Amino acid sequence: MINASLKQLSAQLAAKKISSVELTQLYLDRIAALNPDLNAYITVNPELSLAQAREADARIAAGKAEALTGIPIAQKDIFCAKGWLTTCGSKMLHNFVSPYDAHVIGQFNNAGAVNLGKTNMDEFAMGSSNETSYYGPVKNPWDKTRVPGGSSGGTAAAVAARLCAAATGTDTGGSIRQPAALCGVSGLKPTYGVCSRYGMIAFASSLDQAGPMAKSAEDLALLLNVMAGFDERDSTSLQREREDYARDLAKPLNGLRIGLPKEFFAEGLGNDVGLAVQAAITEYKKLGATVVDISLPNSRLSVPVYYVLAPAEASSNLSRFDGVRYGYRAPEYVDLADLYEKSRAQGFGTEVKRRILIGTYVLSHGYYDAYYIKAQKIRRLIAQDFSNAFKQCDIIMGPTSPSTAFKLGEKGDDPVQMYLSDIYTIAVNLAGLPGMSIPCGFGENAMPVGLQIIGNYFDEARMLNAAHQYQLATDWHSRAPQGL
Amino acid sequence: MSLSIDDVKKVARLARLAVTEQEAQTAHAQLSGIFGLIGEMRAVDTAAIEPMSHAQDVVQRLREDRVTEHDQRELFQSVAPQVENGLYLVPQVIE
Repeated sequence: MINASLKQLSAQLAAKKISSVELTQLYLDRIAALNPDLNAYITVNPELSLAQAREADARIAAGKAEALTGIPIAQKDIFCAKGWLTTCGSKMLHNFVSPYDAHVIGQFNNAGAVNLGKTNMDEFAMGSSNETSYYGPVKNPWDKTRVPGGSSGGTAAAVAARLCAAATGTDTGGSIRQPAALCGVSGLKPTYGVCSRYGMIAFASSLDQAGPMAKSAEDLALLLNVMAGFDERDSTSLQREREDYARDLAKPLNGLRIGLPKEFFAEGLGNDVGLAVQAAITEYKKLGATVVDISLPNSRLSVPVYYVLAPAEASSNLSRFDGVRYGYRAPEYVDLADLYEKSRAQGFGTEVKRRILIGTYVLSHGYYDAYYIKAQKIRRLIAQDFSNAFKQCDIIMGPTSPSTAFKLGEKGDDPVQMYLSDIYTIAVNLAGLPGMSIPCGFGENAMPVGLQIIGNYFDEARMLNAAHQYQLATDWHSRAPQGL
Repeated sequence: MSLSIDDVKKVARLARLAVTEQEAQTAHAQLSGIFGLIGEMRAVDTAAIEPMSHAQDVVQRLREDRVTEHDQRELFQSVAPQVENGLYLVPQVIE
């Protein structure tokens, strides 16, 4: 049951082989047994989950089920969910019970899915290892001495350890794709604007995008069908016709032109990761695809550009946390300024404060043009690299991360080293393109390797098609960690 | 660009973050490394490039000017640190 696809689970529920209450309880029992060690969840609330499961069972009995009705889905703790503790991995929100639902949560509720719990994450989604969470690091289910990646590390670990049927993540610089790669699961960051950001606690608003994480590309398509959609409460939500992201899954890949950016296979890429990715490309050729060499000459600048733009937007977004209307307030203060300064100093962790300082500096008087505007200009060059590349190919492939999962604590003292672990994912956010990661083998220490697939704007159905056909021909995605 | 410890303290003040001397020194060392990385941008000629703030060239939508939210003060204040008679309490700011 725990390895079943969403389609299979839905069929079992429809055939009354299992009820949503039983399925939800099965996962709650697994969480109770395994989460104390893995720390993938910050909050579980059996009462709320089972109430939703009972409603789902009634809906199924009434013959009104949809594709995800009754299926237990874990939600990254960045999504506000009414009545649920929503911490965003921070002490700042340790007591924040959300009074409203994020649009994405509302979409799942309307579909009759069960909210199974809130998954652990780097504080305010700032991190690549899940070690910045106030609620402690998540352990990688493949090797508990290693990180799961971040920032959606709790979600990735929960999917890998089968502590949920599927889950959500968010991706500002690689936060869905990198943990998916490091935990051996599939994850998709849609085109910027496809999923509403309403109720998704903001980090860098021009880059943040929600997306699904699951055991297979087919599951991702079903989840995205529910998550995507126009929402007038998000000013950057795109008004588009509804589409069925599963419509092209079965298409053969004959004639698919895959672009391989030379910059993604250069110095810095781990040998083990390179070999697994090359083997996946060979498999794609067998499936009828052709390969084109391409170049993304400005992609090396994506990390510096990102570390101007994302902290700048974060410093503005996080100014709302001041200890007045919600969240943490320092116990002692002398005046209003002191209340702000102490509440923020005590409520935010080190990495968040570091990024607020960077952002405040680059936006301050005299530096705005040299940093912020300069970074926005190079952002355009990076986006233009992709549009030039897509004249020669239909889809781009490469590694998701330069290495497999590193050890807990390994990169703790050196923020620059940590930032460079997102070297292949960040450019995609800057350009606003859709990107995904699927498992494509194992590297050193038998840790999973992710293949990154980048599509042109709104090409999610084609990417899911390419991923699904690969998953029909290989079984990397169905491997699960031992002993769980 | 070189950042001084005083710069770090000034920025912390602007960001409303209390920092100790020790924290300012650690932040100074780490920020210097990060600004070293950011400095790579300088080598690029961007004279004729338009800044890009969003991926899609969409215009800001406007909504009809009508009331869409109803009063949920009690619900919203249920998560506030300190309230009294429907007001948020903060230290006195006017003598």
